[in-house]
Amino acid sequence: MLVEPVQSALDPAGSGAEAILTLFWIFLGVSAVVWVLVVIALALAAARRRSRAERGAGPLAPAPRGEARARGVVGSAVAATGAVLITLTAFSYFTGKSLADAKADPTLTIEVTGHQWWWELRYDDPRPDMRFTTANEIHVPVGERVRLILTSNDVIHSFWVPSLAGKQDLIPGHDNEIVIEVAREGTYRGSCAEFCGLQHAHMGLTVIAEPRAAFDRWRAAQAAPAAPPQTEEAARGLAAFQQNACVLCHAIRGTGAGGMVAPDLTHVASRSTLAAGTLPFTRGALGAWIADPQAVKPGANMPRSELDPDELNAIIAYLEGLT
Amino acid sequence: MTDIAAPVKGQRDSGLDDATLHAALTRTWETPRGLYGFFATVDHKIIGRRFIVTAFVFLFLAGLAAMAMRYQLSRPENTAIGPDLYDQLFTMHGSTMMFLFAVPVMEAFAVYLVPLMVGTRNIAFPRLNAFSYWIYLSGGLMLWIAFLLNIGPDVGWFSYVPLAGPEFSPGKRADFWAQMITFTEVSALAIAVEIIVTVFKQRAPGMALDRIPIFVWAVLITSFVVLFAMPAVMLSSTTLILDRLVGTHFYNAAEGGDPVLWQHLFWFFGHPEVYIIFIPATGFISAIIPTFVRRPIFGYIALVLSLISIGILSFGLWVHHMFATGLPQLGQSFFTASSMLIAIPSGIQIFCWIATIWLGRPMWKTPLLFVAGFIVTFVIGGLTGVMVASVPIDLQVHDTYFVVAHFHYVLVGGAVFPLIGAVYYWFPKFTGRMLSERLGKWNFWLAVIGFNAAFFPMHFLGLMGMPRRVYTYPLGAGWGELNLFVGLAAAMLFASFAVFLWNVVASLKRGEVAGPNPWGGGTLEWATASPPPFYNFMRIPVVTHREPLWAETESLPVATGLRVDARELICGTVTDATPELRESSPENSIWPLLSAIAVGATFIGSIFTPWAVVWGAPPIAIGLIGWFWPKGTPEDEE
Repeated sequence: MLVEPVQSALDPAGSGAEAILTLFWIFLGVSAVVWVLVVIALALAAARRRSRAERGAGPLAPAPRGEARARGVVGSAVAATGAVLITLTAFSYFTGKSLADAKADPTLTIEVTGHQWWWELRYDDPRPDMRFTTANEIHVPVGERVRLILTSNDVIHSFWVPSLAGKQDLIPGHDNEIVIEVAREGTYRGSCAEFCGLQHAHMGLTVIAEPRAAFDRWRAAQAAPAAPPQTEEAARGLAAFQQNACVLCHAIRGTGAGGMVAPDLTHVASRSTLAAGTLPFTRGALGAWIADPQAVKPGANMPRSELDPDELNAIIAYLEGLT
Repeated sequence: MTDIAAPVKGQRDSGLDDATLHAALTRTWETPRGLYGFFATVDHKIIGRRFIVTAFVFLFLAGLAAMAMRYQLSRPENTAIGPDLYDQLFTMHGSTMMFLFAVPVMEAFAVYLVPLMVGTRNIAFPRLNAFSYWIYLSGGLMLWIAFLLNIGPDVGWFSYVPLAGPEFSPGKRADFWAQMITFTEVSALAIAVEIIVTVFKQRAPGMALDRIPIFVWAVLITSFVVLFAMPAVMLSSTTLILDRLVGTHFYNAAEGGDPVLWQHLFWFFGHPEVYIIFIPATGFISAIIPTFVRRPIFGYIALVLSLISIGILSFGLWVHHMFATGLPQLGQSFFTASSMLIAIPSGIQIFCWIATIWLGRPMWKTPLLFVAGFIVTFVIGGLTGVMVASVPIDLQVHDTYFVVAHFHYVLVGGAVFPLIGAVYYWFPKFTGRMLSERLGKWNFWLAVIGFNAAFFPMHFLGLMGMPRRVYTYPLGAGWGELNLFVGLAAAMLFASFAVFLWNVVASLKRGEVAGPNPWGGGTLEWATASPPPFYNFMRIPVVTHREPLWAETESLPVATGLRVDARELICGTVTDATPELRESSPENSIWPLLSAIAVGATFIGSIFTPWAVVWGAPPIAIGLIGWFWPKGTPEDEE
């Protein structure tokens, strides 16, 4: 397989994730100091040498000097806590504000709709013929602001690509928004972060950041209808696709397949994974997935197919041609 | 004892010798042996003990669920436990720990200890107390029986809609969850009322507000938090059931409902819930430290005010569970600030405890060890709490293993460690025998090391991108080694509880006999025998100091004049506990159990049909009529 995609908040490649990581290090540094101070104070309190008179005294024996000192120390510690918290709150607020300010003037808008358990992506464009729908793999131009409009068709999901930005929920009846700006080329992995049912664990997505020219080529290719079958087997595959249950749920632009409840397969072979990041896009995995999705992703909405081996092979051949 | 002739009607305790008094009071207050006594008792000690034992049983069950989850996660793409069972396991783990263990066990300690610590003979509304135990038990049994029948809830302990709604959770699983909430909340509300009234009205003469033990303050404040927080979750679970059972659309976006409303309602309860667990735990700490460092707590007033402010502030934080839902930035900033603010009273408490240790002479017995383990561990949870209060940081770590680490640090480090310390501390009072110190030290080190080894790496897993509630994860994610390590450390933590259980079982029979005050504690519960007699105190003590047993080294002054042939308590003023009147306390009764059965059957039936509410009403009415059947109160006869 290719290089493992990055999925870590500690390895930021987007402006949002970078600002948040900096803020996190500040908080972590302060927290570490506070914890060490508390533990030292506890250790000193435990190990302090007690005078013989003190050791012999009753529990209610007055200790005015010790009490006065303790009051001073506790009072200062509380004041210091307050000061530290105010400082941290200010850091947090200004980071939040800079993230909010970095949302203006996006060059691209993508509507992301969460489904159990995959991501529907609609690339918006002023030209209707440049709009298209795809799934699970987001291509974005490097260094540009991309606005994602987030909503859900079923339950609540959460969009999270740790290397790029913090997460944002996809909620039925709501339109949320997140703006990402990827600083360097690469492939970034994300996943659904809000528990959304049986296959929450297999609801991955991939973000591919590429230079503008490559992105434009990709977009033009995606906006085009599906490639017609090139071989006789592939042609049988298209026919089988349309005669079986596949067509009820999946769309392939340029053919009669127009199902809207499952991922758009017009250019499925251009994607690197299957079933929302569950399997790599290979011939073998494609066969395994189509033949028995429930073995790979128990509970997924795609039923076990009733295809005979010839039909299955033909459909695989056809789908492999949908670049 | 019962062969002594019944005391003269209206006999008062003034002037009676100890033996006569003991016999008379035992006759009046005892719980008869046998089945009837078992089911009819209203003794707060027996009910409190049951509550504690039941809650610990649920702790072990939920712990087993956790071990099963760690086994499944010990390697990537593991298929040992499928998603269906895994989802039930984490839902059962979270729901049981929160609703059937953590909250009830804190209430249980309050039910047992508060009457003893304030010097009275029974809790206020003792029949309600019995009822609340049976209701709690029914709710817990219902949930676990459902789980064993493979219809356990599978939508997480906060059951977000629409996932928990009728469309995406067909069947009855989510209903069992929602109805379990109803059970435990009824129980919690009832206990909150009992505690508030007991603390306000039944304190021993002289126990003015500034002489109340801090543990009692803590559970009093908790009870008020319960009163204000629980209605929100009862509202949410009830509306969820209505959506599911009769087709309302509170949470259906397609019909004008709103899934985010659920989150507001749930977390308006759910955040205070954390403090409902944490505040009593700080009460344990404030009770244990003075005894083991041989001096009164430092900063009594500061501690009480901190507890009150935590109780109030806990209602202003709920939105920090919802930063990713797309709320306006200004509103989020407000909740960042309020979440930061609550660190101040928590900090004050930590500083006062350390100052108390510094001023005193620590004896490192197991309870105090757990206090130290608590401080070292809980502070980490508090600091990660400050991190997740920050909106930008939270947007990264929310719903990841970082947050799993955070809240386990707060709840295990912050509440379970103090609780185990409290068991070591009060076990001699409950049972008359000491727990083994040797096993206690094993228990402590296994727990502290096992816990930190299990949960600290989860911070990294979260930052490395691992979401919570995944039943498996891909090979390439690179989370395998840490998860395996976490699983092994979790086994160590589990072992610490096994040692604890062994210690309890072995010490019940063979533990050293404790005597009334084995640790030399200063508060009233140590003034009576271990375990305490049915009537708690032979004569009601008069309190002249915050630590009465330290101030009155010879013997406590007492108040007399209560009848010995009828259950009577002293009621006093709220602020100064000046005695105002003698109040009768209810006798044993089977009716709370019968009422609880009727209510429980109605609740469970209404999972299946709304008609259960109709058919359940007459039995409940009969139960309540029996319960409240007027018998004439002793005062009236005089």
